[in-house]
Amino acid sequence: MDVHSLLPLPPITFHILLALAEEDLHGYAIIQNVAARTGGELKIGAGTLYRSIQRMLDQGLVVETRERPAPADDDERRRYYRITEFGRHVARAEARRLAQLVKFARRSGFVEGKA
Amino acid sequence: MLFYRLLLRLYPAWFRAEYEEEMCAVFVQRMRQERAIAVWASVFFEIFPNAVAVHADALRQDLRWTLRVLRQSPGFTVTAVVAIALGVGANTAAFALLDHALLRPLPFADPDRLVTLHDTQLKQGVARNLTSPPNFFDWRTMSRSFDALGAYVAAPIAVNLSGRGEPVRLDSTFISPEIFSVLGVKPVVGRVFSSDDELVGGPDILLMSHSVASSLFGSAESAVGNTVNLDNVTHTIVGVMPAAFAFPSRDIQLWRPLRFTAALLANRSNHILYGVARLNPRVSLAEARAEMNGIAIQLQRAYPKDNTETGIGVIKLRDTVSPQSRLMVMVVFGAAVCLLLIACMNVANLFWVRVLARRHEIAVRVAIGAAHERLVRQFLTESLTIGFAGGVLGLIVAVAAVPSLSVLVPTSLPIPDAPQVDWRIFLFAAFVTLATSIAFGVGPAFRSGRNVDANTLRVRSGRSERTDRLRQVLVIGEIAGTVVLLIAAGLLVKALWNVQAIDPGFRTEGVLMLRTALPSPKYNPSAARRAFYSGVLDRVRALPGVSSAAYVSYHPMEFFSGRTAVGIPGVIDDPLKAPRAVRHYITPNFFHTLGIPLRLGREIDARDVEDSPQVAVLSESLGRRLWPAEDPIGRTIFADGKRTVVGVVADIASRQLEDSTDSQIYFPAEQMAMPSYYWPKDLLVQSSGNAMALAPSVRRIIHDVDPDQAISNVQSLEDVMTAQTAPRRVQLRVLGMFTILAFSLAAIGIHGLLSFAVSTRMQEVGVRMALGADRRSILGMFLRQGIFLAVGGIVAAVPVAYFVVQTLKSLLFGVSPGDPVVYGAAGFLALVMTVGGSIRPALRAAAADPLATIRAE
Repeated sequence: MDVHSLLPLPPITFHILLALAEEDLHGYAIIQNVAARTGGELKIGAGTLYRSIQRMLDQGLVVETRERPAPADDDERRRYYRITEFGRHVARAEARRLAQLVKFARRSGFVEGKA
Repeated sequence: MLFYRLLLRLYPAWFRAEYEEEMCAVFVQRMRQERAIAVWASVFFEIFPNAVAVHADALRQDLRWTLRVLRQSPGFTVTAVVAIALGVGANTAAFALLDHALLRPLPFADPDRLVTLHDTQLKQGVARNLTSPPNFFDWRTMSRSFDALGAYVAAPIAVNLSGRGEPVRLDSTFISPEIFSVLGVKPVVGRVFSSDDELVGGPDILLMSHSVASSLFGSAESAVGNTVNLDNVTHTIVGVMPAAFAFPSRDIQLWRPLRFTAALLANRSNHILYGVARLNPRVSLAEARAEMNGIAIQLQRAYPKDNTETGIGVIKLRDTVSPQSRLMVMVVFGAAVCLLLIACMNVANLFWVRVLARRHEIAVRVAIGAAHERLVRQFLTESLTIGFAGGVLGLIVAVAAVPSLSVLVPTSLPIPDAPQVDWRIFLFAAFVTLATSIAFGVGPAFRSGRNVDANTLRVRSGRSERTDRLRQVLVIGEIAGTVVLLIAAGLLVKALWNVQAIDPGFRTEGVLMLRTALPSPKYNPSAARRAFYSGVLDRVRALPGVSSAAYVSYHPMEFFSGRTAVGIPGVIDDPLKAPRAVRHYITPNFFHTLGIPLRLGREIDARDVEDSPQVAVLSESLGRRLWPAEDPIGRTIFADGKRTVVGVVADIASRQLEDSTDSQIYFPAEQMAMPSYYWPKDLLVQSSGNAMALAPSVRRIIHDVDPDQAISNVQSLEDVMTAQTAPRRVQLRVLGMFTILAFSLAAIGIHGLLSFAVSTRMQEVGVRMALGADRRSILGMFLRQGIFLAVGGIVAAVPVAYFVVQTLKSLLFGVSPGDPVVYGAAGFLALVMTVGGSIRPALRAAAADPLATIRAE
């Protein structure tokens, strides 16, 4: 699949990719990660999360991983998700797109700071 | 938790299978760490739109996949869509006709309370007869069951409308003012008739149809108040009726008030009216019938001469369709249903083949974790997509085809000729499409994901005995349906041939016919009529190419020519026990003009004038009924007064081609004491060349004799005869088209089945050939399979067809429902079709290279 055909990414998708950038996470951990990152502003619901995950699996942005963390943290039921190489490409492209937009916004005086 | 799981059921099953446990885990975690009320609030807030979105995601994906898959096999897609389009199109068009003619309420207020009233002479076998003005007058005064009771002159009266552009010939009728309150219709402009308009001697006024008013005056508004001439009498237009108003039938364009003159009220045997009434809401149909029955008995006692054994019939206006017209419509609809079934079986078969052919793809998808439910959804999406495309196309076909069916709309109903295409028709098409898509799609869809195992991945051409048999049954069903249609169409073709082969008893070639309805009172003196007839006839006979000409009261095949009782004084005095015959008043040369052979005595000729002895000529069957063993010549009869029989001629088909039960009696035109209804008005001209070529010269002659006389119904007698079979021919054309389509679909079905059989049995063919089977035996093997299917279809079809055509009996006109020639021909055609459909796949099998096929496997 072409990277640019997926852009712009839905915000939830981008947040999930950001959450998975450092480590594999299960669903609830993703929700918490996103909530922490946004200062509690964005709380993804379980349905929204898994609908996004389903689509991201179809698009090849993430995969389910079979490697599990230490048994103490593990819960039998949990599925862990890992960002793919393609997912990283897409996330980078999206970030570049957003950065470009911010640059334009700054030039127009909508954002404080230097152009 | 239980409640949360319950809510999760909003999601599709495959989604739950995948994520339900995960979502529950998240839910539990959140409940532990957040306030319960906040968690529930966010759950409720999210779950409904999100579940819908997940469904939509799946649908979008299925559709995208479906379109890709369908594009990959255009042959399959086009065949399936076209088959569905034909089935849905034929059914929708046939339903539009059925709905319009038989189902839809009549276009009047509270149509269920509308009834017609008419005379009955049940002992004579006459279930519905016109009534006379005095009878109607008495009904109206005596009855209590109706809110309103009106009457109209049943036979359309052609009038010449002039005084506004080119003179035009239009059909008109006389109606009583109550009709408008009976029907609950209002004019678009102006007024309708009131009881004042009924008064004899009132001003000449008329109501005009919307189409005539618009074409003459540009708009309905500008027509009202204007005058036009009807047969040279000035009439004022008092109102214009709505465009959809078609009463009593769709041919009528002008309405004049019915006025009960002393002459009309004096004659109780002048049957010219039908009554129409609106039942009082508190009176049931049965009660109204009982009341009218009582009135009929009173009238019988009061007027024994005219009303003996005369009853009064009350039937719903909706039910005035003749059984034959009803059957015509039902046959078309039945054939359409048959075609749809065949189309369904065909498409179902195509889908089965696809499921079998895609077993590998399915197995792969199952192997990588596709849920059975997703596969079913996928296949159902495919069948619904094809069904939708076919349905839309079918609706277009139907809308285009509906106008051509208008000949089958019964003329006896007060409705427009073209069936309306509205939401009811769309709804029907949508329903048929949905039912069809599910019918052909569900089986293969549910079958698709079952019994898939790793094995199918390996054995790609694996077949299942059960689906093979099912597909054979489907093809046998298609063949059987086609054979049933072939038999029904064949019997009706044979019936049409029989009808067309009827010898009407008179010559039709080269006969020009036109109508000059002489106006009253101008032509009331018989001398005036005599001068007109001889003036026209003498000059027409002198035209080059004309061998003979005559006037008659109504030309043959005119349904409204009346009948009269023929008695023998002292032997058969009771007119109701006397045989009845269609009466014709004729000028000399009538029999010669139509080539009706004289059997005994003499024709009516120039010596039969007003004050010479009153005479009559009988048709053979009437003579036999009156005097089974004796010569009728010279005997006295009682019919329109006492008369002497001077001649006997051959019988003719006088009112309808398909009804040969009428006898005829002929009287001299000059010897009539009847109202103007029977004045000879139809001129018949026999010529050696093209009848229609004479029309201009004949018109000129009539204009010379009476410049004010209007001319109508100019046509050749051959056209009159052709019109007799028009509904039959349209019905057959529709049925024939359905049969050809069914035939093609069945052939495609056989071809598809055998092609698939051949492709899956290539290895077997290779082995057989390697073992010494020659090409001819391989060809025979597959052809035999086709013929086996055909024989199965034919055997299944014959009893069904025999059962079905019993309902067609009244249309078969002497053809036996078990006519062996038709059955034989249908069976033969089915065999030819089968061989035609199987020959290509069989040849492909026979042409196979044995080594290559074995190696390929």
